[in-house]
Amino acid sequence: MPSLIDIRRRIRSVKNTQQITKAMKMVSAAKLRRAQDRVIAARPYAAALGKVLANVAAAAAVDPDAGANPLLAQRPAQKILLVLVTADKGLAGAFNSNLIKGAQRFIAERQEASVSLELIGRKGRDFFRKRGARIAGEQINLAGRPTFQDIAPIARKAMEMYRTAEIDAVHITYNEFKSVVAQKLMQVQILPVQLPVQIAPVDYIFEQPPAEMLDALLPRYVEVMFYRALLESVAAEHAARMTAMEAATSNAAEMIDKLTLYMNRVRQASITKEIIEVVSGAAAE
Amino acid sequence: MADSLDLEVVTPERELVHEQVAEVQVPGKDGYMGVLPGHAPLLSELGTGALAYVTGGRRHVLAVHGGFLEVIEDHVRVLADAAERAEEIDVERARVSQRRAQQQASAMADGADALAALARAQTRIAVAEQTQR
Repeated sequence: MPSLIDIRRRIRSVKNTQQITKAMKMVSAAKLRRAQDRVIAARPYAAALGKVLANVAAAAAVDPDAGANPLLAQRPAQKILLVLVTADKGLAGAFNSNLIKGAQRFIAERQEASVSLELIGRKGRDFFRKRGARIAGEQINLAGRPTFQDIAPIARKAMEMYRTAEIDAVHITYNEFKSVVAQKLMQVQILPVQLPVQIAPVDYIFEQPPAEMLDALLPRYVEVMFYRALLESVAAEHAARMTAMEAATSNAAEMIDKLTLYMNRVRQASITKEIIEVVSGAAAE
Repeated sequence: MADSLDLEVVTPERELVHEQVAEVQVPGKDGYMGVLPGHAPLLSELGTGALAYVTGGRRHVLAVHGGFLEVIEDHVRVLADAAERAEEIDVERARVSQRRAQQQASAMADGADALAALARAQTRIAVAEQTQR
């Protein structure tokens, strides 16, 4: 039977852990709120850009002088770049392992193609580096305070590789923030760009030729897709960590209850034993 | 026909303006454009410059750096690459980058980039000063 002191020590240790998980949960809750605000703030631009792009693309498609935009060029996907957005830190439940599994599945499904990886986030980088995967680039410490200026160069690099036919397609894998308790693994094709569908054609006055505007709009559209993926991923990461730490805190509470009950039983047993000893000692005299 | 425009100024990171205005002046890529209610549908690229709009008899100015403009049915959508309100502009910093850009431009070290940076700095200073007056 363990001694009372051992059990007390154990309870204290669990309590300390519980305090840490509780603090982590609060920190994540605060960070989640800020990340959610950023997701919401980025929405109007993305929505408006999609609409404008649909209109310009429709106009450029009927323009006989316009050559095809290199970002729309369809090629058989021999060489694929997969952008994987993971977190820099762990302790967020299945957040990172789901992403890594998703990326591995993506590669396994495309045996005939060669897939190289652009890794955003330390967790994904560490995993694929150890396994010697083909890595095109890596970015860490982006998730703290993601700005458009930070992410745009990564998008531009991918577009440049696509234009020079170094790669034939770009896909991105990230966790989308569905709700505080649910993240959704997203696998989206970025290049060649899939144009948003135009609802009602409008007869615009074009200050610049449609094809020229398309050339300017498409790169911005791709950058926004990268930016949005990163924002969603950051919000999802904090939500996942918050949920995981919430569960850890309540597990710790449960454990403390069980240990306290056990401790009381042990103490009671030792008291009973002492009484028996005293009583039987008195009877023997 | 409505007598006001629904003006939206958004950047990838945030929404700056979303309100009813009487008129808008936009820095188009090939020069300034004025938009009044009842304007025909229009799409244009934006340059670097001051975006001015009038609402409730007051004139407001923003610094806008590149992007796109869409006018449709009295909605004016400005998709700016970057934009700032006048009160957000750090004039000191803008002056420093103006000087740096001037030096680079005259040294022809990085011609186009330096000129673009110069235009941005000058726009910021101009917008901040217009509002102070």
